[in-house]
Amino acid sequence: MARAEFDRDLAQLESEIILMGGLVEAAVIDAIAALAQRDLDKSQRVIDADDRIDDKENEIEVEAITLLRKEAPVATDLRRIMATLFVASELERIGDYAEGIAKISLLMGHEPPLKELIDIPRMTDIALSMLKKSIEAFTQHDVEPTKSIADSIGSMDDEVDVLYNTVQADLIELMKQDADNIERATYLLWAAHNIERVADRATNIAERAIYLVTGQSVSVGGSETVSDAL
Amino acid sequence: MTQTDPVGITEAGLEENIIKFTEEELVVEARDVSVTYGSKLAIEKVSMQVPRNSVVALIGPSGCGKSTFIRCFNRMNDLIPSARVTGEVTYNGTNVYATDQDPTEIRFRIGMVFQRPNPFPKSIYDNVAFGPRINGMDVDIDEVVERSLRRAALWDEVKDRLKDSGLSLSGGQQQRLCIARALAVDPEVVLMDEPASALDPISTQAIEDLITELSSRYTIIIVTHNMQQATRIADYAAVLMAGEERVGRLIEYGPNSQIFDTPRDHRTEAYVTGRIG
Repeated sequence: MARAEFDRDLAQLESEIILMGGLVEAAVIDAIAALAQRDLDKSQRVIDADDRIDDKENEIEVEAITLLRKEAPVATDLRRIMATLFVASELERIGDYAEGIAKISLLMGHEPPLKELIDIPRMTDIALSMLKKSIEAFTQHDVEPTKSIADSIGSMDDEVDVLYNTVQADLIELMKQDADNIERATYLLWAAHNIERVADRATNIAERAIYLVTGQSVSVGGSETVSDAL
Repeated sequence: MTQTDPVGITEAGLEENIIKFTEEELVVEARDVSVTYGSKLAIEKVSMQVPRNSVVALIGPSGCGKSTFIRCFNRMNDLIPSARVTGEVTYNGTNVYATDQDPTEIRFRIGMVFQRPNPFPKSIYDNVAFGPRINGMDVDIDEVVERSLRRAALWDEVKDRLKDSGLSLSGGQQQRLCIARALAVDPEVVLMDEPASALDPISTQAIEDLITELSSRYTIIIVTHNMQQATRIADYAAVLMAGEERVGRLIEYGPNSQIFDTPRDHRTEAYVTGRIG
């Protein structure tokens, strides 16, 4: 088959994204678990492991640039490589959010959290589910399934936003009640914000998956479905 | 689609995947143009419009009929005894193949540059002056030679050696001389059949820069095998392909963003991404 090696290289690049997605997902899970359990060693391990995510992004970038140079791709091939670079950068940022949560955990030290973590783990579950779906969408290569996955990611992002607003309102209320709460409430607010951003990045990846299969840029989420927006 | 024709090239592209222009924009147009060599059909019912002051690239795998097609625009196929052209080619609304049309006059208005530079074994000056002289143009020949060589971006390199043989020039310079020769008779359209394929990268770059420069004044239709070249210099690209039976058909024609970024026809996608051809 023509360009068999190039096709293998493209598939390899996609596998790297799946692998990087796994690293990032594990980092977010561990960061939130460490925060909830007050496990500072685990938080430190999340911080240390971020280098591996950064290295993976660099590897993907080098491979993508090599393919651009060697193959001078156009059409879907070009979009795939450009989208891969974009997704790798989004995943690297998600890794940074996990690292950020781990750093917050270290700042909190051995103090217990201000309140029991209920909504933040919920937000995390949804955001991670969005992340997995976004990578699934990215590796679909088929218009209709990609659109439908992207739409479900859009609705989940709305759920995350609602939960984030609730967390924010609750924490502000606690700060109003007692100024001594401000520091610890702010830590949790930062953590919640980081998770909210994870969900946004997953939405960006879904948008890139749509671009990959259609060549068109759309906004995922909101009242309009992807099919309506195209 | 059949097993021997895995991407299905027995059908021309869909009407909606072929760009159309208004009468005012048009300079040349092919309508249902077919060419046969003896009993062998080479291209079938190709219809496409070319807008003024644009660069249109004809791309497609070897043997898809690109050269055959480009030669229809100025009746170069008349020079091949077995070739027969049907359909209609218009230049500014006039049928190029009408019986009262003089093919030589058409070839002045629609000039041509070939794959291999083919200067006459004459001086640089005489190569450029050849067309205006035999055409009996009432012009200042010195002025035409200088203007044409300047437009072909060759003047500075040859102004002090105009009496030297055209054959003494390098390959890239010879090709620019051939472009100057085509420009000397004041054409409106210039056809180029792989004009840079026999040149080194630096000469190729010079020709590409020249094409971009010329497009403000002329309409250029260029056959190229180099897809990157098409993306650099053309405004529009037309994809011709031939199936098992080797009959060329127009598959898709549109702006570069359509052909090279988001092709509408899966056969275009397969060709531009190098999966076939």
